[in-house]
Amino acid sequence: MIRSAQTKCDKEAEATARSRRGLLKTAGILAASTAFLELNLSKAFAQRGATLAGGTVDLGQGDFAVLNYAYALEQLEAAFYTQVLQQPYRGFNPSDEQSLTGIQSHEVAHREFFRSALGGNAIPDLQVDFGRVNFASRQSVLGTARTFEDLGVAAYNGAGQLLRNPDFLAKAGSIVSVEARHAATIRDMLNPYSAAFAGNDIVDGNGLDRALVPSQVLPKVVPFVLTPVSASQLP
Amino acid sequence: MTAFMPAAPTLIDALDPDLTARMTSRRGLFTRAAGTLGALASAPTLLAVASTEVFAQGLPGQVVDVLRFALTLEYLEAEFYRTALATPRLIPARYRAVFTQLARHEAEHVRLLQGALGGAAIPPPAFDFTGKGKYPDVFANFDTFTTLSSTFEDLGVAAYKGQAGNLQGTPVLTTALQIHSVEARHAAEVRRVRGFVGWDGAFDAPLTKAAVLAAAAPFLAGGA
Repeated sequence: MIRSAQTKCDKEAEATARSRRGLLKTAGILAASTAFLELNLSKAFAQRGATLAGGTVDLGQGDFAVLNYAYALEQLEAAFYTQVLQQPYRGFNPSDEQSLTGIQSHEVAHREFFRSALGGNAIPDLQVDFGRVNFASRQSVLGTARTFEDLGVAAYNGAGQLLRNPDFLAKAGSIVSVEARHAATIRDMLNPYSAAFAGNDIVDGNGLDRALVPSQVLPKVVPFVLTPVSASQLP
Repeated sequence: MTAFMPAAPTLIDALDPDLTARMTSRRGLFTRAAGTLGALASAPTLLAVASTEVFAQGLPGQVVDVLRFALTLEYLEAEFYRTALATPRLIPARYRAVFTQLARHEAEHVRLLQGALGGAAIPPPAFDFTGKGKYPDVFANFDTFTTLSSTFEDLGVAAYKGQAGNLQGTPVLTTALQIHSVEARHAAEVRRVRGFVGWDGAFDAPLTKAAVLAAAAPFLAGGA
């Protein structure tokens, strides 16, 4: 447990440092994007995620838009679990801690993967709002986690067909099954050893998980993201 | 064909209840699989149907090959759970709902893939879940059963993942992804039943068809 707590502290310190760096980076990108947009709006749209007037973040188009979409979802998940670990709920037992620490580290790894893969095409850091989550309540935290994980799985399942680059498809594949493992884990934490891990509420009569396109997913994350996000070039 | 059998490294050969050992062995499989050129040739005849007749229902041959490969794995999983649930005193009452749900999904996947393949579907092969005698108590010992269950589920996840590239640009891709994430939910749940966390790490690795078939070969009664 001591070792695990130490790891957790390191991770949180790292996460905090990252988020500070992220703020600076966001400010820089915002300024740069504005200047860039003034120069050539249409060209900016053709390639990269961009910050529009009024602070709306556009995901861009093509494969970069799909990657920015995934990057946005991973930013949301990473920020959520980081806060969960910083404010453990009542009844946060060692088993819960082990699972949630693992999930948080995965989401941070996913977020950093996309940040790095997108490079200059990455959208800025999104501002999140978890005001509707009661972080003291296990039910509220795990209920929110279940929503995020099930939605993440459906988002990746629906985004695969939008990718053109086979390497991006392979990478998305290596992430979506981990998101599904998270979803099953969170569902099992809420309803241990029941059918809920892959319940009939989420898996249909053909044994299929959900697949949603961005226009179906983004409205569901809007309540948790302050930064307006537009996916004008995605279905 | 027989040359590959005795020495073929498989997931199952490397299986160890210790998670760390298992992770190491799974990673090792990638490098070993690269050298297992005989693995595909060793696949039972059901997988070796000529590609001339695979244009059933207008699906490209490459897609039909993937669906047949997937159907083989789903047959294996479906019969595995059907047998287990029919075996008295194997599955403790507290875990019965989990394995009933697994069985339900695998049977649904079988029906779905059979329907997609139509006349190009393969019949179910005969299975030997003792792995040619290596796991004689598979349906008598819950630990052995869940160890194999965990292996089959992780194998399924890696198998679907490894085929995504072959389905890119076809309408079948999304359906395969929707099966893939259900298999991953299964894999996580069985690991939890076994007392482990539901994952190896932040990224799941794919397996090639050859590597998957090498791992599944001991459980196909027809053998290699």
